[in-house]
Parts: sequence; C-alpha cells; structure tokens
Amino acid sequence: MKRTLVLLFAALAVVFPQTLPAADLQTIPENSVYRFDAVLSDQSGNDFHLGERRGRPLLVAMFYTSCRYVCPLIIDSVKGVEHALSETERGRLGILLVSLDPARDDTAALKSVFDKRKLDATRWTLARTSESNVRTLAALLGVRYRALADGEFNHTSALVLLDSEGRRITSSDALGATPDAKFLAAVRNALEIPAK
Amino acid sequence: MRLTALLMTVLSSGALAEDFVRLPGQPAFASILRYAESDGKVSIAPFQLMTRPVTNAQFLAFVVKHPEWRRGAAPAIFAEPRYLEHWSGPLLLGDSAEPEQPVTRVSWFAARAYCEASNARLPTWSEWEYAAAADATRADARQDLAWRDRILRWYAKPSNAAIARVGQGVPDLHGVHDLHGLIWEWVDDYAAMLVSADNRNQADPDLLKFCGAGALDTNDRENYAVLMRIAMLSALEGHDTTGNLGFRCARDSSEDSP
Repeated sequence: MKRTLVLLFAALAVVFPQTLPAADLQTIPENSVYRFDAVLSDQSGNDFHLGERRGRPLLVAMFYTSCRYVCPLIIDSVKGVEHALSETERGRLGILLVSLDPARDDTAALKSVFDKRKLDATRWTLARTSESNVRTLAALLGVRYRALADGEFNHTSALVLLDSEGRRITSSDALGATPDAKFLAAVRNALEIPAK
Repeated sequence: MRLTALLMTVLSSGALAEDFVRLPGQPAFASILRYAESDGKVSIAPFQLMTRPVTNAQFLAFVVKHPEWRRGAAPAIFAEPRYLEHWSGPLLLGDSAEPEQPVTRVSWFAARAYCEASNARLPTWSEWEYAAAADATRADARQDLAWRDRILRWYAKPSNAAIARVGQGVPDLHGVHDLHGLIWEWVDDYAAMLVSADNRNQADPDLLKFCGAGALDTNDRENYAVLMRIAMLSALEGHDTTGNLGFRCARDSSEDSP
C-alpha cells in the first residue's frame, strides 16, 4: 500500500507540471480532441499542449520522417490545400503533423524535414510525443496504423480538419498535390470569419 | 465524507486485488494473422497478464479515485453516452452490475486509463491471441477440434443472458481465466489489425504498396472464434462501448508487481 502511494505521488509529480489547469480543460467542448491533454514537442524542441492549438481551424495528420512514399505525399497533400487557399484563408489555418514514430523521429529529424520541405513556421508544426500519446491521438483522429517489423508503418493517411475548438469536421484520404474538392470546400468553410 | 466511506468499503474488500501472472511468451508464435511482410510468426516477449477480466468492483474503485472517468464526467470524445450505463449511478453499481461481474460498456480510452492507473497497460493483440491459445494442459490447444467447438459454443449463445462472474471454472495452464466464454476484450492495438491503405489509386500504385500495403492473410481460416474477435475489434472506435466488451491489463514482465 505504502509503495503504491509512493508510486502514485511519483507519477503525479511527473504528470502534474505537464497538465493544463483543470478549469481550462473544462471549457473545451466534450467532443473536442483538445480534451486530450497531451504534451507534444515541435521541430524546434519546444513543448506545447495539444489544447494550445485551440483558436483557429487545424489540419492534422500523422506521418513519420523515414517513410519514403506515402508520408512525403501527406505533406504534398497538405501543401496542396494550403496553395488552393487565399492569402487571408491561409493565415487563419493551423497545420499539425504528428509523428507515428517517436523512437526515431527526434527533434533533429523533424527539423530536417521541416527545412527541406520549406514549411511556413507561422502555421506548420511537425511534432512528436510519447508512444502512448501517439496511440491515443491516432484513435481520436481515426487514423489507424501498425508498426511493421522492418521499422516502417502501415497507416491510413487521413488529413483531419478540426474546427477552432478542436472538434472534428471532416477528413480526407485523398493524397496528392490536388486536394479533394469537397475537403477543400470544408476547409474554406471552416476558415470563414463568422458573420457578426 | 460519504466518498471516503465508500472508498474504505471498496478498498477493504479483498475482491479488489488484481492478480497478474507471468506468461513465458514465445519467440515465434503462429498468429492467425499473416501480414504481407511476415511469415505469420510473431515474437511474444514474456509478459504479465491479469488472471481475470477487470470487474465492476475494481472499475468502481478506479472511478472513485479518478473522478474524470466517472459516467457523466468522461467527455464524449473518450466515452460514448452508453459508457457504464448499466450501473445505477456514477458511483453505484446497483442491481444490473454485480461487483464480481466483468465490467463492460467501457471505452478503449477508459480501459487504458484504468490500466495506466494500475501501473499496467492493455495487452497487445498478439499477447492476447497467444494467451488465448492455451487450455488447461497445453500452451497451444488451437489445433484441437474439441477445444475449438467448446469455444465456439459461447459465441452461439444469445448475448442477452446475464454475464457470469469472473474466475469461475478451470483456469488455463498459465492460471488465466475467462479468455474465452465470458466477454470480448479490448487490446491496445485494436485499431491496427486490419490496416490497409485505401489510397493506392492516388499515385503510382507500385510505390505506394511499400508504405501502404496493409494486407493480411489468415493462417487458419477454421479458427472462427479468433477471427470473430479480430473482425469485431477492427470495427470499433476508441470511444465505443458494448454490453459484452470489457478488458484486462498486462505488464511487461520486467516490471515488478506493486
């Protein structure tokens, strides 16, 4: 019992500095992905809470940097959406790609892809988090994946559109530089400034 | 105050003890799943598994300690509206949920949170499949037709009958109960088993197969009972709950029991 308590306190000590204030979590809609209070780390090594992405619509996808074929296409697909938007629309969109492979995708690997693909830091984030968080986040987004013995992953490659509160609006499995028309329309719609 | 009293009651009952048992694992276990990239053999490291599914009483003790997982408090993104709906109240089992019955109507997120709180995790599908291959005398009884028939009989039973208490009957040779014949069980990688890429038509199909081919074949088409598990788990989302879906926890074998 005593050992359990010690363990419990040890666990709390680790977890506590990383959680959002409970009051903040309570203000997030209960069907929002942002109810998952995960800490991620971006391509510059800065930690952030998933919930800090609240406030503007977000395009989320999961990828890994060592993937040769589909993952570059995921970035192409998001860029395709980006380019189809007007300057004003682009400015309102956030983009978050989370690695499926935290063991190999360290900050340097993320940074390297970030630079190589010339991603715009005002809206793009490449991030990593714990393996357990990856599984939870994938489940919340509806992304299914499986680690293969050779270090690659099989995964569905959905781009998921969240509204400014983190609620899922729609997703697209279409890959390639030309975005799916319906998906693009949904992104545009989400980026419209609501009429006062 | 009432909570404290309740907590003392649940904590003092011996029924809350979680028994883990060590399973030796197997370097080349013949999974019923044969993925394109493997020959159907998976390496199962030694691990610990709860000898019984988590009970209503155990899950009640968990939500007493973790208010965020109480019915009504757990956000919809983590647990659909039917979460624990057969309990009389958020902290009350009532007549439809006996303490020693396995807890059901729990989402994958909730099951994971429970295991984490026990310094454990959900078993992987391979671990579950390996454990469930045993009978009372053999580590792998799957080729025995009589064993298969016995298991299949449970699936033929109507599911509206009350679920039995955990741990009735004879354990398998590892000392584990109820892997068949009581409930369906969550596994950590429930979403991974039938992953296949639906997007091969978007670009060069030959290229995409390397990264996106999720094909699996089944080694053993006669083993319907296990195939049904795979089909059912693959159809679920993490927030889903059903009246006969519960879970048990596992641990890496290097970790000591607390």
